[in-house]
Amino acid sequence: MSADFLYGIEVVINGLMAGVLYALVALGFVLIYKASGIFNYAQGVMALFSALTLAGIMSGQVPFAHLINAIFGTDIHYFGWNVPVLAAIILTLIVMVIFAWCVQRFVFRHLVGQEPIILFMATIGLAYFLEGVGDLMWGSDIKTLNVGLPQGGSRFVEDATAGLGGDDFFGFFIDKLDMVATVVAIILVAGLIAFSQYTKQGRAMRAVADDHQAALSVGISLNFIWVLVWSLAGLVALVAGIMWGAKSGVQFSLSLIALKALPVLMLGGFTSIPGAIVGGLIIGVGEKLFEYLIGAPYLGGATENWFAYVLALLFLVFRPQGLFGERIIERV
Amino acid sequence: MKMKKLAAMALAGTIAATPAMAELVIPDLSYRTGPYAAGGTPFSDGYQDYFNLLNARDGGIGGEPIRIVECETGYNTEKGVECYESTKGEGALIYQPLSTGITYQIIPKATVDEIPIHTMGYGRTSAANGEVFNWVFNYPANYWDAASVMVNYLLEENGGDLSGKKIALVYHNSAYGKEPIRTLEELSAMHGFELSQLAVDHPGQEQKSQWLQIRRERPDYVLMWGWGVMNQVAVQEAANIGFPMENFIGNWWAGAEHDVTPAGAGADGYKSLNMNRIDASLPVFAEIQSLVHEAGNAAGDGSNVGSVLYTRGMYAAMLAAEAIAKAQEIHGVSDVTAAMVRDGMAALEITEARMAELGMSQIGPEFSVSCENHGGSGLGIVQQWNAADGQWVALTDYIAPDDSVIDPLIAADSAAFAAENNIEPGCL
Repeated sequence: MSADFLYGIEVVINGLMAGVLYALVALGFVLIYKASGIFNYAQGVMALFSALTLAGIMSGQVPFAHLINAIFGTDIHYFGWNVPVLAAIILTLIVMVIFAWCVQRFVFRHLVGQEPIILFMATIGLAYFLEGVGDLMWGSDIKTLNVGLPQGGSRFVEDATAGLGGDDFFGFFIDKLDMVATVVAIILVAGLIAFSQYTKQGRAMRAVADDHQAALSVGISLNFIWVLVWSLAGLVALVAGIMWGAKSGVQFSLSLIALKALPVLMLGGFTSIPGAIVGGLIIGVGEKLFEYLIGAPYLGGATENWFAYVLALLFLVFRPQGLFGERIIERV
Repeated sequence: MKMKKLAAMALAGTIAATPAMAELVIPDLSYRTGPYAAGGTPFSDGYQDYFNLLNARDGGIGGEPIRIVECETGYNTEKGVECYESTKGEGALIYQPLSTGITYQIIPKATVDEIPIHTMGYGRTSAANGEVFNWVFNYPANYWDAASVMVNYLLEENGGDLSGKKIALVYHNSAYGKEPIRTLEELSAMHGFELSQLAVDHPGQEQKSQWLQIRRERPDYVLMWGWGVMNQVAVQEAANIGFPMENFIGNWWAGAEHDVTPAGAGADGYKSLNMNRIDASLPVFAEIQSLVHEAGNAAGDGSNVGSVLYTRGMYAAMLAAEAIAKAQEIHGVSDVTAAMVRDGMAALEITEARMAELGMSQIGPEFSVSCENHGGSGLGIVQQWNAADGQWVALTDYIAPDDSVIDPLIAADSAAFAAENNIEPGCL
């Protein structure tokens, strides 16, 4: 096989892996939209906030240290201990559940029955508020997130495939972190599907997603379900934050990963968990292949950001509800 | 009772008649929030702490206290322009926007308002031509100098011959990132190396395609023009594909501690340029610690004192303070105006004796500014990251750029700007 062909395959494999990372972000959007009809603009910031919290807890950072020091004239920054990864993840999840409760109690409970655009605007406000709280709580410096994830290309894969395409082919490059992200995403999706299919709360969540009024009439608490859904979105945000934060350190640009999820949602639909996964894979492969075949050689490169949206728009024209979105039926 | 009333009125009259203490107003267009805060915060801390030191130690500059007016830009060009507009009326003497985008927008405004801008190692490169850009200064070095210093360093490493070598430029897909391309193309033609260009879109969180391309094409060297998260991801991706880090060189905005620490040991050996030396043992830092931090007047929490960008911010403040002092000397007044500060900048001379006197010996190269040359010497050093010790180590002395390439480019670009804007080149 020619080296160019094999490199094309390498681009596809890496595109699939990148797509998994995009899908991780998109999943959080889908969970909330499906259950409450809210397009959660704050999902990217939730990923940032959860990763900041995890890194802060792990390093024993004192939350709101700058504020405390400014008010009381103290000079404290760290407790002086390090928290093990698992305990820090559990504590972060508790923080995200508290956040979910606060969002429900202080924001959306007061907006029941409002137009979707109002709810959307509320999530924009929430995004900026959460970003500010994250800064105040943990500071704006870049935090190294070391949760024991492997880094670097897999030498095993590289060595095993190096002889396939002659001297010009150096073997397939596959990032070990991307491989872990793929496994984690599979477990996460399987877990979410099992939760929604086989648990009482999961079935209640689906009932709310299908029909709020009907769910209420059979005694399902909307408040509880929405807290549950925002908590699950917090869990997904934490997973996405860990995977992306492990690459670049935890920093405020993490909130911009939401931009990578939008074309995935346009393509996969806002209401389908499998849609988010498949959409992510298509976007990942599509943008990487376009960059490899056309963008870099003919257009000066850096085409991925806009091409993802072009691809999503193309799908949108022919299937407005997305690949796996619920069919739009209009009865006259 | 009447006497007491009269005495009180007389006292009040005396107080009212006393002229208000003049202030030297220096805006700080900082960014402590948003995606680029990790770079903006230490620079701003260093910038402000030095002025606070002058206030605490010397009572300001020439006896006039300094008032810093901080405005948060978030590294957003629109907000940066708003900051400029909202602070210029306070009597701003000099701007240091720390953003090429903001610089481009405020050059015409500051020219009309007659307030000097100092863009240290960033901004519009051809502003080095002081006859066209009367109010803009970019000493001690600019982007094109940086590109040339990188190539000169590689020439040294390769026995003066780069012919046949492959050099890739990974750059932020913005006005900033594109700045060195023209210079590198000229140098490529001159020295016979093959230049490939790889653009990375803002913010640079995802660079898999670019690094797979580098892995396929196997360039001998990779140069980088990055900022923000792009730097950390690039260093990590380079380590991931096993690119030899000693052949990966960032410019001076891709060479801070936070650019390399997320990649851990993988970043070991990565190189970058610097326009100034870093040395935490300089006496000036001890003074800042005792007179600013311990007095509770620090801009930040003290965690980044002596770091790359803190040092650069402090160095920028020193250059501004020296220009103000020069303006006071030229005009014979302590309460200088922005126009006078411009004169001070145009006559600035930085010597080793002066830097040593200020407690920062050899922090930067010696250079002088003139009406015609606002760009300084253009020198840069190459430093290398030692991951085990967690510090940057200077590898070289100051390396000079190739002025025979840079000067014609500056002349051509500034002439085009002058023609577009109906500017008659000349000194003020």
